[in-house]
Amino acid sequence: MTLVFGVFLLTLLVIVAVAIVRSTNLFAAVMLSGIFSLLMAVNFFLLDAADVALTEAAVGAGVATVLFLSALALTAEHEQVRPGGAALQWLPLVVAFATGGLLIYATFQNPVIGDPNAPVHQHVAPWYLENTPELIDIPNVVTAVLGSFRGFDTLGEVFVVFTAGIGVLSILGLRHTLVEMTSAEIDARQRSLRHHLIPRVVGRGMVPFILLFALYVQFHGEYSPGGGFQAGAIAAAAIILYSLLEGDDRGRALVPEWLLQIMMASGALLFGGVGVVCMLLGGSFLDYSVLAEVPSEGQHLGLLLIELGVGITVSGVLLTVFHAFARRASR
Amino acid sequence: MGVVELISFVLMTAGGFCVFVGGVGVLRMPDLYTRMHAASVTDTAGLFLVATGLMLHAGWSLPLFKLVAILVFLLVTSPTAAYALANAAMLSGHPPAGVRDETVPSAGRDGETP
Repeated sequence: MTLVFGVFLLTLLVIVAVAIVRSTNLFAAVMLSGIFSLLMAVNFFLLDAADVALTEAAVGAGVATVLFLSALALTAEHEQVRPGGAALQWLPLVVAFATGGLLIYATFQNPVIGDPNAPVHQHVAPWYLENTPELIDIPNVVTAVLGSFRGFDTLGEVFVVFTAGIGVLSILGLRHTLVEMTSAEIDARQRSLRHHLIPRVVGRGMVPFILLFALYVQFHGEYSPGGGFQAGAIAAAAIILYSLLEGDDRGRALVPEWLLQIMMASGALLFGGVGVVCMLLGGSFLDYSVLAEVPSEGQHLGLLLIELGVGITVSGVLLTVFHAFARRASR
Repeated sequence: MGVVELISFVLMTAGGFCVFVGGVGVLRMPDLYTRMHAASVTDTAGLFLVATGLMLHAGWSLPLFKLVAILVFLLVTSPTAAYALANAAMLSGHPPAGVRDETVPSAGRDGETP
């Protein structure tokens, strides 16, 4: 049954991917890429990777779609057709087919999915599964691996997100001069928003619940799928929804930009700071066991703090990127 | 098989049938508004039936609470999304098929500020 569903999903994925390539309307392409991400999330869920599925659904289908749309607001709706490009289009096609063929050839060497004798299940995974209950004492092994056993990798990921935020800010401009809207422009915006009374009322009602769900995902990550990355994306989605409904200026009044910049830096600093505190208390870098009397209690405290740092940085970066685009669009 | 399970299966099958009818409607209806009407109404009904069937299946447990939360969320957002889509289509100047009314805005602007 899972196999049938998997084949069905992968077929849909191919169809959507072809549709994205063939669509010249960029809005349609953005919507299709959102659908692609959602299908991918279901696919991850089928492969029992619930944490990844949650991330893909929140970031890929949710926030990324909005970011693409706000980037599109700066450009045109339709793709520009380059004259005389038909001959050149064969080269990418050949490259894509050659790479795809090579990858398919490589899968013949792979073990079957779920094969217990596959190298990936024989290397460190059994050790993690065996030792998580004793050393870290939380049910979600993914969080244990991500936050504690391989905490250094996650620290690197957080700094990648942080760097991405800095990159967008330095390209799209940290300092900006706001153009005052004329009263006619404000009036036009109000008039256009009145037509959307129902989405506004419903959407505003949703915002607190989305934030509540983000907090649940944040602090329940040790027991169920979730954690800082997912919670940060969901929290950012709530504020982005508010900004879309009420206008970017009100969104920025709700969470001001100086706060976002502090959030971006402080989350990453909190993560790194926990590691340094561990060293000062006599342990290794990011070895949370020294944080409390009982080692597993220390692990709990450390995981809570670093997940909080991840969540703060991710939501700060996503909101900063959104505002960087939306601010330009409203100019 | 108990009575509760039987009812739950009947409800889920009815829900699946609703969604299927919606899919047929999207393929066969003439313009955007009738297609959306087909999709949104059957979607909401199908969702309600499937979720209720799953709730009967779950019994008194945590999944029941989660299903109720999902149901309430989708019952509120799905009609709203359908309304927003139809409204945006109307404002950006797509009159319904067969309507030749001067009051329909031919080239309005859609109000969302992305």
